[in-house]
Amino acid sequence: MDGLTFVYSLLFYIVINIFFIGLLLKFWKYVSTPAPLKIPQTPAPKTATGVGVRMFQEVVFFKSLFRGNRLIWLGGYIMHLGLLFVFMKHLRFFFPGTPAFVDTLVDIDLYTGFIFLSALIFLFILRLAIDRTFYVSVFNDYLLLGLLIAIATTGLLARFWDYSGTRAMIPDIKAFVGGLFTFNPGPVPSNKPFMVHFILVMMLLAYFPFSKLVHSIGIFFSPTRNQIDNTRKKRWGPWTVKNPRRSKPKEPVAVQPSFAVKEEPSDS
Amino acid sequence: MAEETAEKTPIEIVTESEHNKNFHGPELTGEIDTPAVEDGLIIKGVTDDVKPYPASESMQAELGFPETLVDNWEDVAVQRLGELLERYKSLQVYLDICVRCGTCTDKCQFYLGSNDPNNMPVARAELLRQVYKRYFTTEGKVFGKLAGARKLDLKLLGDWYAYFHQCSQCRRCSVFCPYGIDTAEISMAAREIMDSIGLGQKYVNSILGKLHEVGNNLGMNPKALKATLESTEEDLEEETGQKIRLPLDVEGAEVLLVTPSADFFAEPHVESLLGYAKVFHQAGISWTLSSTASEAGNFGMFIGSYTQMQKAASRIRRAIEELKPRRLIVGECGHAWRIAYSFWNTLIGPFDMLDPQYPAPQHICEYTLDLVGRGAIKLDKSANDEFTVTFHDSCNVARGAAMGDEPGGQFEIPRALIRASCNKYVEMDKDTIKEKTFCCGGGGGLLTDEIMQIRVQGAMPRMQALHTVMEEDGVNFMALICAICKAQFTKILPKYDVPMSVAGGVHQLVGRAIELGAKA
Repeated sequence: MDGLTFVYSLLFYIVINIFFIGLLLKFWKYVSTPAPLKIPQTPAPKTATGVGVRMFQEVVFFKSLFRGNRLIWLGGYIMHLGLLFVFMKHLRFFFPGTPAFVDTLVDIDLYTGFIFLSALIFLFILRLAIDRTFYVSVFNDYLLLGLLIAIATTGLLARFWDYSGTRAMIPDIKAFVGGLFTFNPGPVPSNKPFMVHFILVMMLLAYFPFSKLVHSIGIFFSPTRNQIDNTRKKRWGPWTVKNPRRSKPKEPVAVQPSFAVKEEPSDS
Repeated sequence: MAEETAEKTPIEIVTESEHNKNFHGPELTGEIDTPAVEDGLIIKGVTDDVKPYPASESMQAELGFPETLVDNWEDVAVQRLGELLERYKSLQVYLDICVRCGTCTDKCQFYLGSNDPNNMPVARAELLRQVYKRYFTTEGKVFGKLAGARKLDLKLLGDWYAYFHQCSQCRRCSVFCPYGIDTAEISMAAREIMDSIGLGQKYVNSILGKLHEVGNNLGMNPKALKATLESTEEDLEEETGQKIRLPLDVEGAEVLLVTPSADFFAEPHVESLLGYAKVFHQAGISWTLSSTASEAGNFGMFIGSYTQMQKAASRIRRAIEELKPRRLIVGECGHAWRIAYSFWNTLIGPFDMLDPQYPAPQHICEYTLDLVGRGAIKLDKSANDEFTVTFHDSCNVARGAAMGDEPGGQFEIPRALIRASCNKYVEMDKDTIKEKTFCCGGGGGLLTDEIMQIRVQGAMPRMQALHTVMEEDGVNFMALICAICKAQFTKILPKYDVPMSVAGGVHQLVGRAIELGAKA
């Protein structure tokens, strides 16, 4: 194994651990934090099936966002859809054999990468162009969009820049990336865009569990969306549920006497 | 000038405010415009000095909160936030997952009315999220300001005190949020943190104290309540010629009615009380009010304190045990109905002692409409012919509770009841009704005169929609099912040069239309 492959592989294993463990901890945090009272945002479904339908509409169609703002919905929806297709096409790098549906996808779909990139740029512009969104955006919102734009750009360059040359490299990429999953990586392909692309993806994955990107799992735990509206029929509770993450209470911060109290003479 | 500032205590700095009780609303055009930068309409911090009076030391003590801002308030506040994060899934998830997409930014009536960008739901939530990031997240510790993390200092605490009291917890933003982030949950948590460091709000905390001590928000003791009800009975007999009772503390009555105490004497609230009494009278059902539970409202929710909320709600449980009714019915009140419908069963249930064939609790509109449907009472629509009626959905009923068995019953049932009581009914603009309804501007503990400015500004979207139907359809009655809406509009309508008689209760209409003595 050459030095570069060693560094890339090490990075991969560190990052993939941060990503999964970080996300698992978040997941556990959301599972274990109690929801003492029922707060579904009504009108809400009265059955578990109904809640399933509501959640499906939110996750698959972004229904609330659609009702709220069509422009943001358009950008966000196309971006996520693009991401989904691009990710599915990447599956061919992960597994020894390429799943049949991925092959079909690669054949019929040449442009989702560009659509994904355009949607990201659109969202970036939207953030700047809508005065209200501009007001509420923080640096990290731009950072994440910028990172995704860079990932999409380098990915597209790796695939389309010097078309014949890179195309031929797919087996090399597969040998490296697929090899990482079987702990037997081939050498890092010497395609510059790919090398940058890989590092950027590692950065994204490492940041993922600590960023707003946890909305991907958080949405399933949103009490206003995932609760059944049946409180009169079925008692919710007990409301004093203990958080399993808290075995013993922490040392409380002693409340120090207030300014007003301090001035009063003590007669004890 | 500098000396003067130096002498101010931190709590004075935090709660320093401008009070403009005579604030007049803008001219009504029927248009709800979103403030825009290019028109110079987004003005940062324009309402940061609109703050309610702080609670006095005795009010704070009565609720078990520190009497005034404690010395180490930053540490205590951060610890309290940590506790709440472990207690409420909503808070933990919502502080994490907002992507600041901006969809909610033009949905809040207080932003639309005040032009202050800190009243955009996401910006309001950021005031708390910044502190969460700074003290509880790796992202905030690594990136600091770049991730929007911020130290909780006096300036930020002052902004908390202003802007978390410019949110009526109406949940309109949550309807449009792709993740259902509920700013009400966030502002409740912020208020609970402020209470825990000794920074309470006078209006809410004083009323909660009265509720715990006397049994209702108005501090009306059982004797005064009895006298009020008796004199109202006399008026009622004079008006109708019938002996219509307003029974108090009758053991073994079929129905226990729990209603906001404003119904006992405030205008136009009392008109709805007369409506309920006529309905029970005509249906021939024995019913009673309770001096133990003489208040449906429960301001514990506004300050996010489940302990306070349960303590206040336990009075209803006590009243049921004392009076042994078979049914529990709740009068016209928005936040009370949310608490009754969504929380009572958890907080003070189960209601095994009530008759299981009826929902517990039941809304008065559900009850009356059922009687109308079964022909047990008759309504003469022409009695309300002088009115062209519209209906304002109360935020807590629309988005925090329900009625009937089908989703959306909270929209259809009051409307069906209004339609059964009058001939002329008109809907307001579809983007301002049902789950998209705007708050009246006075909910969530904002119904206090020192912040009149934000109340007037927050009412703007509803006033525009009302203006349109008044101009186009001749609407002269806006039916309400919430004591806070009624009190708010009675005050706010004149600020927009609209007569205050336009605001009234749903059961006010029912009470006028009901045919007394006409047995089916």
